[in-house]
Amino acid sequence: MALTNPRRTLRAILANMLVLVLTAVTLLPLAWMVTVSFMPRGEANSFPPPFLPSRWSWENYHELLVRRFVDGAWFDYRFVPALWNSIGVATIATALGLLLAVPAGYALAKLRFTGRDRVLRFLVISLIVPGQVAMLPLFLMFKELGLVNSYLGVILPSLAGIFAILFVRQAALGIPDEMIDAARLDGASEIRIFRSIALPLLAPIVVTLAVFLFLASWNDFLWPLIILADQHRYTLPVAVAAIGREHAADGELMMAAAVVTTLPVLALFLSLQRYYMSGLLGGSVKG
Amino acid sequence: MTRQQRTGWLFTAPVLAIITLVFVLPTLMALALSVTDYSVYALADWANLDFIGVGNFTALLSTPLFWRALGNTALFALFGVPMAIGASLAAALLLNDATVRWKPLWRVALFAPYVTSVVATATVWQYLLNTRYGLINYALSLVGVAPVDWLGDPRASIPAILLFVTWKIFGYNMILFTAALSTVPQDLMEAARLDGASRWGRFRHVTLPAIGPTLLLAAIMSVAGFLQLFAEPYVMTQGGPAQSTVTVLYFMFDEGFKWWNLGQASAVALILFVVILALTFIQTRIGRRFEWL
Repeated sequence: MALTNPRRTLRAILANMLVLVLTAVTLLPLAWMVTVSFMPRGEANSFPPPFLPSRWSWENYHELLVRRFVDGAWFDYRFVPALWNSIGVATIATALGLLLAVPAGYALAKLRFTGRDRVLRFLVISLIVPGQVAMLPLFLMFKELGLVNSYLGVILPSLAGIFAILFVRQAALGIPDEMIDAARLDGASEIRIFRSIALPLLAPIVVTLAVFLFLASWNDFLWPLIILADQHRYTLPVAVAAIGREHAADGELMMAAAVVTTLPVLALFLSLQRYYMSGLLGGSVKG
Repeated sequence: MTRQQRTGWLFTAPVLAIITLVFVLPTLMALALSVTDYSVYALADWANLDFIGVGNFTALLSTPLFWRALGNTALFALFGVPMAIGASLAAALLLNDATVRWKPLWRVALFAPYVTSVVATATVWQYLLNTRYGLINYALSLVGVAPVDWLGDPRASIPAILLFVTWKIFGYNMILFTAALSTVPQDLMEAARLDGASRWGRFRHVTLPAIGPTLLLAAIMSVAGFLQLFAEPYVMTQGGPAQSTVTVLYFMFDEGFKWWNLGQASAVALILFVVILALTFIQTRIGRRFEWL
């Protein structure tokens, strides 16, 4: 039908080509990051800039991840501890974040208790205040509490997930009241109703939120940079920034570090992208 | 009723306690801190702390670097917001074209940079923007443009960082815009076409009113986001060259955690907050005029 229209065919070709070019340009920096990370040392510093390695080599990853003996002393970039720190911090922040936000969001949507509306209004208003306002006094507080340079010090602020609570609440509003009331008439406790009725219905939202929380924690930079002093405690972004300042000329090594930092979350995003995208849109739909 | 009462508080109290501890209390403390001369001496001993009223604020007004940071941040927002939103909207309009195939695939690919770590991808772009060996100058050389010292020339550093930021974030608003574009009334669009409305006329009078609320939301979030730029200059330029990329947050970080002038830094944080609040208010007002809210 319409495909026989030559103008439309031309338009289709043009539009698809444009999308293809746009996508290629967008993915180019990520692809280049990967190929350079496999180049022999120094190869990226040549003109014209090569896009593929002359030979594929693991030497940058080896140098970054394996401790070795140099000039009579052990040397390493402390990158492996940073990787483990990031995995640990992001996993715990995600688990605790869910544990705190999901019941709270459900309660604010479906349970009647005094002060609920006031709590809700307070949370919405707090969203306006940028986190940086709290950061400086928070550092002093954590210093008094002995939380500077600790994992707990990194994780604790991320647990104040106001956005997460409101996100869960929005989804929980969609749970039919009849289901909950029927269970109440059957004598089920509120906790049981939450566990066996609400939670299964909220499962997709919980997965979405888990991805959001994990990515946010994994990529977080400013607060870990402030609170972590010891290199052995650094998370990946802090470690990458620190190594980058000392090894600015080692492009291939830095690209290997960038690959290790970005690939896990890219893989997580790609495997759960349906949840992620729907969550993004759920958050933007306003009443 | 009492059971709901008890469970309601059981479910909300833990997170509210944490929010109070790490957010409400410190935010209130920031107000208090901003009227003190908290410095490295007070860090050693609280007895060295004095109340100085609006001293931090007046001192900031006579600090050239603070004004520089405000100016730089304003430039970032002024050019960055239209650039990023324009890129998002263009990509969304392109993806919205009926003839484009495999839309979900493109959407995910174009969104991918958004989920990456700023520090890691800023490092990548540092090399892409390298004067001698960078791919960007190489691409420009193919069309006859002389090498640009992107991160070393004070006139090029802000555009260079904006290029990176736009690449990193445009996918986010693109997704929101694609969703909004699907709500554009097709019958109205068809009627406008039959009436001979131009492409721009159809965009202005049919598309724009439908996506207006999303556009406004994106603008408010983008303005706030660009005003809080930190990691990008921290990694790519360290505020340089010639302080051309020192942002307000960068200034606050240095003031607070490099020089330990936490009183001064708190004043900076509060000023930034007030500016964001004011701009949000103004944009909401404008949005209301267009009936987008």
